[in-house]
Amino acid sequence: MKAVTANRLTDGRVIYRTATGQWTTELAEAARLDDDQADATLEIASDESQIAVGAYLIELEEDRPGGQKWRRESIRLSGPTTGSTHAQATA
Amino acid sequence: MYKYDSYDHAMVADRIAEFRDQVTRRLDGRLTEDQFKPLRLMNGVYLQLHAYMLRVAIPYGTLNSTQMRTLAGIARDYDRGYGHFTTRQNIQYNWPALVDIPDILDRLAAVEMHAIQTSGNCIRNVTADPFAGAAADELEDGRPWAEIVRQWSSFHPEFTFLPRKFKIAVNGASADRAGIRVHDIGLQIVQNDAGTTGFEVWVGGGQGRTPRLGQLIKPFLAPEDLLSYLTACLRVYNQHGRRDNLYKARIKILVEALGAEEYGHQVEDEWAAIRDGELKLPAEEIARIRAFFGKPKTAATAPVPVTENRAFARWIDRNRRDHAVNGLSSVVISLKPIGGTPGDITDAQMDAVADLAERHGFDEIRATPDQNLILPHVRNDKLEAVWSGLVEAGLATANAGLATDIVACPGLDYCNLANARSIPIAQAISSLLDETGLSEKAGDVTIKIDGCINACGHHHVAHIGVLGVDKRGEEFYQITLGGAFGTDAAIGSIIGKGLAGEDVPAAIARTLETYLDIRADGERFIDTLRRVGPDAFKEAIYADA
Repeated sequence: MKAVTANRLTDGRVIYRTATGQWTTELAEAARLDDDQADATLEIASDESQIAVGAYLIELEEDRPGGQKWRRESIRLSGPTTGSTHAQATA
Repeated sequence: MYKYDSYDHAMVADRIAEFRDQVTRRLDGRLTEDQFKPLRLMNGVYLQLHAYMLRVAIPYGTLNSTQMRTLAGIARDYDRGYGHFTTRQNIQYNWPALVDIPDILDRLAAVEMHAIQTSGNCIRNVTADPFAGAAADELEDGRPWAEIVRQWSSFHPEFTFLPRKFKIAVNGASADRAGIRVHDIGLQIVQNDAGTTGFEVWVGGGQGRTPRLGQLIKPFLAPEDLLSYLTACLRVYNQHGRRDNLYKARIKILVEALGAEEYGHQVEDEWAAIRDGELKLPAEEIARIRAFFGKPKTAATAPVPVTENRAFARWIDRNRRDHAVNGLSSVVISLKPIGGTPGDITDAQMDAVADLAERHGFDEIRATPDQNLILPHVRNDKLEAVWSGLVEAGLATANAGLATDIVACPGLDYCNLANARSIPIAQAISSLLDETGLSEKAGDVTIKIDGCINACGHHHVAHIGVLGVDKRGEEFYQITLGGAFGTDAAIGSIIGKGLAGEDVPAAIARTLETYLDIRADGERFIDTLRRVGPDAFKEAIYADA
């Protein structure tokens, strides 16, 4: 499965597109898309750059980021892995 | 320090007003992202993995306490309470909201700072020896020249859209601490046979995917000709640089393709037409800029303290440097706590550094290419007070120049370009080398780590370089040996196949153990490495692989 992700225009935070066409910071709320749905949804999402910048597809495996970019997307989802308390503060 | 005049203030204020309007138009939809992106980049605003990143210029790494407090306030009010000092003597904020950035720029402008030309294909923030104006081995303070170059290059209409970014460094000491051979142009202050100071001009150095050392094209350039000669250098590059290929667009590729001699000839031809024109620097203007950069005067002549306090003594031994003025020292404030994030500093720590600089450091602070800070001028009889203040702030790590003084780019934890993480590798190496005592035993060693080939972490010019690569979703790390940043600059050699991240700290520990086993009397790590060659360490690196 796939999901559409982007960065929020106003503050750059990582966001995901929901099944109702909203944008959320929670991956759990993102629409799970098969290949056909994914391309069509990305096309729509790419026209929403007033909310979401640089929309693209990510792969999901058991509701977590998967595929070759799993680490990058996991870091986008959960924040830096540096263990620094100052980098982990809630946005 | 240089003080803005009315032109500087007006230029920066105009740019902020322009950018505020651009942000407004982006937010209300009048600008598309494609239209806005080059505009934000011209103001130092990147979009990274988790958020926008704002890169703030610190001209030639020089700050005062008021500016440092402003940086702390920005970290507190608009970020997550910290900032990150970079290898280009700048500071980056990792979490600002786009909507806040014009206000942040206003705060910076109020203390004569900005983010202009910290991105884009223009002449970037000029860097310099962070000990300039303080070092005991200095021929001449490079900062006035860096400031002259800054003024000339700021908003330069001819050089705003170069084939690629362009970095200039200035060094005025016998030891090169500015890395002049790994910059697009490196200016080394020298003295000719007549006793006149001028510049060696080195061109075509750089790191990234094609690391090259700069080549000398002008053994002696008279100071008054600096700007006309730089203009000629830039014009030849601007005309012939490879705009058709991003990976071949830096001046190092042009200099290599033409040959340094031919490139130098073309520069001379261009220069002949302009050298006696309006770019000739008037003596009174040079004197005016120099007047901003005096050395501190002090009647105190106390020697460096000898102490029974082992922690203080260790810090004096590792982090103090000789000063040109009797009775003064420079001190390195390590931003490399054991197991910490290289270059990170909290808002409270920034405030503490500002207080110490104001109270005991003639109000001057420097940012270094090693991601540390420096108090360049501290009276010897105030060293203990400075150290105590740093201990209280958690900034007294006595490891300047040791293997735990690791440089690392932000890597995949923050950066959109990265393929692998850098900071966790730095943290693991630092912890292991400290636990085993190897950092202390091995003495002067540089370790620099990158998460991609763009090499913001300078791995090519580290004694031990670490480059993260991605292989089908897994991180691997190539080790290079034998690089050097400044004096005796060198590009490190790749030792072999990449290691898994968890194997890197032990491999580096074994490398240092090998050095300790085979070193001759008085040899530093780099000396031994150059004597025996990198292959002598291959077995140590791959022992467990």
